[in-house]
Amino acid sequence: MRGCLAVYHRELLILKKKFWRQTASMSVAPLLYLIAFGFGVGKDLQVDGRSYMEFLIPGLVAMSSMTQAFAIASEINIARFYWRIFEEFQAAPIRNIAYVTGEVLAGITRALFAVALILFIGLLSGVVLSYGLFFWLAVVLNSFLFASMAVCMAMLVRSHADQALLTNFFITPMAFLGGTFFPVDHMPLWAQKILNFLPLTHAAQSIRASSFGQATPEPFSYLLLAAMGLALFVLAFHCVNKAKD
Amino acid sequence: MIRIEGLTKHFRKVKALEGIDLHVREGELFAYLGPNGSGKTTTIRILTGLSSPTSGDAYLHGFHILRETLQAKRQCGLVPQSINLDHELTVQENLSIHGKLFQMPHRLRNERIEEMLHYVDIADRRKTPVKHLSGGMKRRVMIARALMHSPKILFLDEPTVGLDPKIRRRIWSLIKKIQQNGSTIFLTTHYIEEAEFLAQRVAFLDEGQIIALDTPQNLMNRLGKWAVDNIVEGEMETTYHSSREGANAHILRQDGSLSVRRVNLEDVFISVTGKKVQP
Repeated sequence: MRGCLAVYHRELLILKKKFWRQTASMSVAPLLYLIAFGFGVGKDLQVDGRSYMEFLIPGLVAMSSMTQAFAIASEINIARFYWRIFEEFQAAPIRNIAYVTGEVLAGITRALFAVALILFIGLLSGVVLSYGLFFWLAVVLNSFLFASMAVCMAMLVRSHADQALLTNFFITPMAFLGGTFFPVDHMPLWAQKILNFLPLTHAAQSIRASSFGQATPEPFSYLLLAAMGLALFVLAFHCVNKAKD
Repeated sequence: MIRIEGLTKHFRKVKALEGIDLHVREGELFAYLGPNGSGKTTTIRILTGLSSPTSGDAYLHGFHILRETLQAKRQCGLVPQSINLDHELTVQENLSIHGKLFQMPHRLRNERIEEMLHYVDIADRRKTPVKHLSGGMKRRVMIARALMHSPKILFLDEPTVGLDPKIRRRIWSLIKKIQQNGSTIFLTTHYIEEAEFLAQRVAFLDEGQIIALDTPQNLMNRLGKWAVDNIVEGEMETTYHSSREGANAHILRQDGSLSVRRVNLEDVFISVTGKKVQP
C-alpha cells in the first residue's frame, strides 16, 4: 500500500509542478468545443428537449475524463523512455500491483481535476446540472477504465511515437463518436450497434442521464464500465511484468 | 553477500550472459570489468530486479532474487548508468520519493535525507530542481538516493561515465568512503584505472563469461611488473618483464620506438582476450 502511495505521490508532485500549465492545457480543448459547438453551431439547437449547451457539458465531462485519465500514459512513457524513472520503481521493493494502482489513481485524479474545470466553465456559461452520486460514479468508473488502459498501453508501446499513434487511432475517434457531441440514437442502426461497443458511449450516456437528474441509472452501463475497467487493471498488472526486459 | 550460480541471460539469439558463477564477500569493493556489450549491465539489471534471468540463481544477503524478490531488493541500492532522476523535482523530493518507495517512516526518511545531502556534499542544493544540476552533481544525488535506505549492497553501474577527470576522482573518493563505512560495493566499469584504484577484486567479463577473477595486483603479476611497448610497422607489440632491469635489457636489444611502463589491468585483459577493454 505504501508503495502505491509513493508512486501516486510522485505523480501528484509532478502535477503540482506543472499546475498552471496543466490547468491551461486541460481547459483549452473543452473551451474550444464549448465556443465552437455550444455557442456557435448549437446556439439555437435543442436536443431531447434541452439546450445543446446542457447536452454538451456532460459529453465534455465524459470526453475529458477519458482523455485526461488516458494522458497518464504519456507521463509514464516520459518517465520510462526519457527520464528512465521506471527503473527506480522496478528496483524498489514494491509489488507491480502497487505500481499500477498508484498510476491509475494518478490518472483518476487528473481526470477529476479536468472534470472540475469543465463544470466550472459550464457554471460560468450559465449551465447548472445535477452532479449527484451517480454522476461522480460514472466519472470515476470511466477514469478508472481509461487510466488502466493507459498503464497497459504505456507498458506495451516501444516508444513515445507509438503512444501518439494509439491516441490518434483509438482515443481521438472515440472522443468524437462516443456520444460526446451528438446523441448516438440519432445515428443509423448499424452505427449505433458499433458505437455501443465503445466504453465512452456508455460513460457519456450515464453521465448525461445522471446530470439530467435521472433518478435510476442504467445499471448495464455502470456494470460494463466497472467490468472493463477491472479487466484492464488486471491486464495492466501483467503488462508491467512483461515490460521488464 | 552476493552469490551468483550459473546465471544465464539470452535475448532471443543473443547470449548476454553464459553461466556466471561469482561470490562477492561482505564489505568488499568488487569491480566487474569488460568492454561495452560484455554483459556487465545485464548482470546488474538481473541482480536488482530490472530483468529476469533465463536460468541460474542469485542471492543478495541470503535472499533469492526471484523467490524472495522484495527482501532481496531491500538489501541493495542501485546507481544505474544513465541518469534516472526526476528532473522536474528537487534534489530533496527525489530522495523523499525514494524513501517512500522503500517504505521508510516519515521521521527516519527526513533524517536520512539530511544525512545523505551532507554525505555527498550537496546540502546547499536541496531545493534545486535536478534539471539545473551539473552531471557530477546528478551522479552524487543518484548515489545519495541509492544510499537513502541504508542498503547492505550498493550496485554502481559505470558511475563515472561521461564525467571529467576531476569530478571522476571526487566520485571515487565518495565510493571509497561508502565502502569504508561497511557497504559491499559491486561496481561495473570499462575504465581500467577506476577498477585498479578502487577494487579489492576484479572480474573480467567478455562475451557474457567471466574469463579472469582475482585481486588487481595478482592479475597484473601474472604478466610481470613492467611492460615494454614497441611500435613495429604501425602495430603495437608489448612484452612483459618481472623487473625494470629486464625491461631495460629488452629495450637495448630492440630497434624502433620503445617505451617502458608499469603493467596495468588493460594488459591483463588484452593478454586473455586479445582485445581492449576501452574500444
